[in-house]
Amino acid sequence: MPTALPSLLSSAGTYAAGLATHDGEAHAATGFTSYAWLLVALPLVGTAILLIGGRRTDKWGALLATALSWAAFLVGLVIFFQMLGRDAGNRAQTVQLYEWVTGGSFQVQAGLLVDQLSMAFVLLITFVGSLIHVYSLGYMEHDPDKRRFFAYLNFFVASMLLLVLANSYLLLYVGWEGVGLASWLLIGFWNWNPAYATAANKAFFANRVGDFGLSVAMFIMFFHFGSVDFTTVNAGVAGLQGAHQGFMTAIGLMLLLAACGKSAQFPLQSWLGDAMAGPTPVSALIHAATMVTAGVYLVVRSHVIFEASPTAQLVVVIVGAITLLFGAIVGCAKDDIKKALAASTMSQIGYMMLAAGLGPIGYAFAIFHLLTHGFFKAGMFLGAGSVMHGMNDQVDMRRFGGLSGVMKITWITFGIGWLAILGVPPFAGFWSKDKIIEAAFVGEGWRPWVFGLAALIGAGITAFYMSRLFFMTFHGKRRWTDDVHPHESPSTMTVPMMVLAVGSALLGLVLGPTGAITSWLEPVSGAAAEHEPVLAVPVLMALTLLVVLAGAAFAWLRYWRDEVPLTAPAGNLLTQAARKDLYQDQVNEALLMRPGIHLTRSLVFADGEGVDGAAGGLAALVGGWSARMRKIQNGFARSYALTMLAGIVAILGALWVIQ
Amino acid sequence: MTAVAPAAFQQANIDYLAVLPLLIVFGAALVGVLVEAFVPRERRHTIQLTISVASLVLAFVAILFATKHQGLTFGYTDGATSRRLFALAIDGPALFMQGALVLMGVLGILIMAERFGGVGSDAFTASGASTPGSPIEAASARAGLITSEVFPLTLFAIGGMMLFPTVNDLIGMFIALEVLSLPLYILSGLARRRRLLSQEASLKYFLLGAFSSAFFLFGTALLYGYAGSVYFGDLSKAVSDTSLGLNGLLVAGAFLVFVGLLFKVGAVPFHAWTPDVYQGAPTPVTGFMAACTKAAAFGAILRLAYVGLDTASWQWQNAVIIVAVLTMIVGAVLSVTQTDMKRLLAYSSIAHAGFVLVGVLAFDQRGVSSVLFYVVAYGFSIIAAFGLVTLVRQDGGEATHLSQWAGLGKSHPVIAGTMAFLMLAFAGIPLTSGFVAKFAVFAAAIGTGGATGTVLVVIGAVCSAITVFVYARVIVLMFFSEPADDTVEVLVPSVGTTFAIAIGTLITFALGVVPSSLLDLADRASQFVR
Repeated sequence: MPTALPSLLSSAGTYAAGLATHDGEAHAATGFTSYAWLLVALPLVGTAILLIGGRRTDKWGALLATALSWAAFLVGLVIFFQMLGRDAGNRAQTVQLYEWVTGGSFQVQAGLLVDQLSMAFVLLITFVGSLIHVYSLGYMEHDPDKRRFFAYLNFFVASMLLLVLANSYLLLYVGWEGVGLASWLLIGFWNWNPAYATAANKAFFANRVGDFGLSVAMFIMFFHFGSVDFTTVNAGVAGLQGAHQGFMTAIGLMLLLAACGKSAQFPLQSWLGDAMAGPTPVSALIHAATMVTAGVYLVVRSHVIFEASPTAQLVVVIVGAITLLFGAIVGCAKDDIKKALAASTMSQIGYMMLAAGLGPIGYAFAIFHLLTHGFFKAGMFLGAGSVMHGMNDQVDMRRFGGLSGVMKITWITFGIGWLAILGVPPFAGFWSKDKIIEAAFVGEGWRPWVFGLAALIGAGITAFYMSRLFFMTFHGKRRWTDDVHPHESPSTMTVPMMVLAVGSALLGLVLGPTGAITSWLEPVSGAAAEHEPVLAVPVLMALTLLVVLAGAAFAWLRYWRDEVPLTAPAGNLLTQAARKDLYQDQVNEALLMRPGIHLTRSLVFADGEGVDGAAGGLAALVGGWSARMRKIQNGFARSYALTMLAGIVAILGALWVIQ
Repeated sequence: MTAVAPAAFQQANIDYLAVLPLLIVFGAALVGVLVEAFVPRERRHTIQLTISVASLVLAFVAILFATKHQGLTFGYTDGATSRRLFALAIDGPALFMQGALVLMGVLGILIMAERFGGVGSDAFTASGASTPGSPIEAASARAGLITSEVFPLTLFAIGGMMLFPTVNDLIGMFIALEVLSLPLYILSGLARRRRLLSQEASLKYFLLGAFSSAFFLFGTALLYGYAGSVYFGDLSKAVSDTSLGLNGLLVAGAFLVFVGLLFKVGAVPFHAWTPDVYQGAPTPVTGFMAACTKAAAFGAILRLAYVGLDTASWQWQNAVIIVAVLTMIVGAVLSVTQTDMKRLLAYSSIAHAGFVLVGVLAFDQRGVSSVLFYVVAYGFSIIAAFGLVTLVRQDGGEATHLSQWAGLGKSHPVIAGTMAFLMLAFAGIPLTSGFVAKFAVFAAAIGTGGATGTVLVVIGAVCSAITVFVYARVIVLMFFSEPADDTVEVLVPSVGTTFAIAIGTLITFALGVVPSSLLDLADRASQFVR
């Protein structure tokens, strides 16, 4: 009971003892769970050794990083099995680390919250993360900076684990910044290419806008509840009256802003496509399976706040719906295999976001889809990497075609991922995505129709563009350039792909129809009341399969049966718009960037070399102002004195007016 | 009020233990002047350095003892009213500031003393009186002259700074302001290289400083006209006595007094000197000023806002809100286009001053403790940052243009890594002191500042997001850019400088990871005596 907390705290002497989650109590960790800090510490140690050790670790550094990542997975697995051994009410546990801030005015206990939700993430992150470590052993084998790459990769895993294990928003924020930093470092890993450095910066700026949201949300929480740990905030929200709904909405919207930045949701989506500049394993791990889903995690973790504010919830759903269609449309027109996959990621996270905004009925499926997506999308990214590996790093699908014959394993594993994302039974996506579509059709009034139809149409478009991608790459005529000799990748690369393919095929079947995932998450997210969709479930299922088949068939007609032109045809207006990401950059530019860009370009030497002037619209806008204001700073003491005097007179004048 | 003949001389009663820290620092400064006069040139540097550091350490110990002697002191009986009036307030905020100033002063002095193998301090000219480029300058350099006066000057400045947040009346505050300012004007003009720039900076600082002092005095006169006293306690009482109908004097007086203090922290629109002086002054002096002057001035602002003019806060707070908003925005925006490291840090310090002002405007104890924490956290970081700037050289002079820092991460990973870490602290990234400091002031403002506080915090958060770009650019430049040319070198610092930079960096890290002890201390020290 939240009210019994203070006395419990003082008597128990430890803060952790009394932590309570929304529904069940979180107890101080017992058994191996108290070593949960190892999850974060192991990969972090890897980073430290590799970065500090320098060149000396070149030989074995990559292997060590991979081993530490697997070790973290094992720790997670042991904790998971221990958790299984307890009954549902006692599964959530906390691990007290230390008292971070204990100033008289505010207190933050740094601790880990090991519950069903965070464990689901821990297993996904460490398992997929470790597989991608293995894959990178092959993919990055000849890169001179391999050691640095693995150090960053380990750092990412540590930060991501911290993000999902944190027991307060503040500690979550640390992980949040950590993954942002890792993402920035890894997108720009090949920063000798200025375009890549620019892409890294673009991601950085979009994320800063999101981080701003998170920090403001924290300030408001702190103001309202006196603390920013999950327990206090959740208990505080439960105790609030309706009059404070405005604040809940404010917190909710700010958290959503944070989620949009990290998860590339509308309107902060523009960075994800460019982020594909990073090495492909990075795209698979960070920009498909894990980091970009942190926004969904944040929303689900803060579900108490969102439930207290229907407005914020509605906005979440709207953002999800817009993004899922946006991403899907963009995905139809991309010829770059990685950018097409990135658009698809954006769209699939839109699905998750939509589900997370639907309330208790959607949380479990949001997380479920997140897990299955983590497998099939990572698998497909690795497949794309394998294709690029065999095709001299080409990414233009118009120069692929007919690869099924020469890259059999890649073809099959990619095919399973393709079936999974389409939602063909019994593959993973069928169990998770169809449930989201179903949930979107639940409700009254206009909402189920709008959101449900958006999700349904999205499924059709998804089927089209994913089939397009699959057919253009693996089927049809061979349109290779003369100098490529495609070949299957080494086993360090194919084995992870196979493992992920198995997951893509079976994970849904294991967790979905058995109800395992919903009952597992229920203590965290609350039980969903039974609701009937506005259309009968079998009808919906049939409809979904129908649009999926239609989408795939259309793609078959155009990209397998018909000849694919080597250069993109002009296309209609929508295609042109989609190729340019629905003019997202142009919109950003016109609104934010144009005013300042020319001025900044010429002003700073660093522009061309370091941060490109075009890196962020906002930055350039600020730069433009900055340049203008700089002219006031002319070096004459008399003008400075005049500035002071004018300032004093103006402020005194303002005071007279105000009073 | 009728004129009363001064009463017979009365002995002021002084708690000597309470003011011992001040006496030690001023005393050591005087000894330093004597050393200048009587000790042979070749031994002066070492002796001065020893005296300065030893006296500051001693002063710190005395501060620890003074905590047992808190209260008003230096009092005398006013003949007209037979009331006891006290000139000094030895209380939590004052002692906290004194302790911080003394410790930061030690680091500042250690960096100033860096010789790089020369006879005198590397940063200071051989002869401040010689015309730049003249034969006398060359001759004095050849003769091995040194400017070891910088040590007593710095001690005088530190003494003034310690006095600044301790004084209990406007006149005392003015004296402290001048005592700390005059040595700084001189120190700013003593650079060894680019002397014209340095002298220009010195003159500008002096002229504008005098200008702002005039405002301070004018404000003092107006407030005296309003309250009939310059003592903070009387001011506060006079305001709560509603029968006085002289609002015009109060509003204008209060704001003008604030102008004098806001000038020292570099708040907009009184900031124009900051970039020029920070750039022109010898870099160790810049670091010292950025850390200590700012801290001392914020101590004085706190006392004025929370003790002297607390009851009148609704009269002046709008003005300070405007200033805070302007300061954050202008500091953040202008830092974006800076191409010189020292100017960049100058604008960053302006933006930071804005953030601290947000904490001042919280108007409760939490505001006080967050401000105290912030200035200490920022002070140690900025001293270390400017210390690093002194090491990066090209053709003997400091390489302060950003392009000269390109690729430093490859050639000198430790220096560049330290700088990058400090940049992250300025940006307020978690696990650095900057994050905790920002969180503390913003949380205080949003907690008790009401709607205005919230608006200020939102503006502050946007501005700190802008400044992140600036710092990130420097990091990118150091680590991901190719060096512009190969002649940029990094000097190997002496033990003292290394120590100062290392301590500054370690404290920046420690206050980010385990900030509790200092937050606690600031919290316990946040009660003013009246």
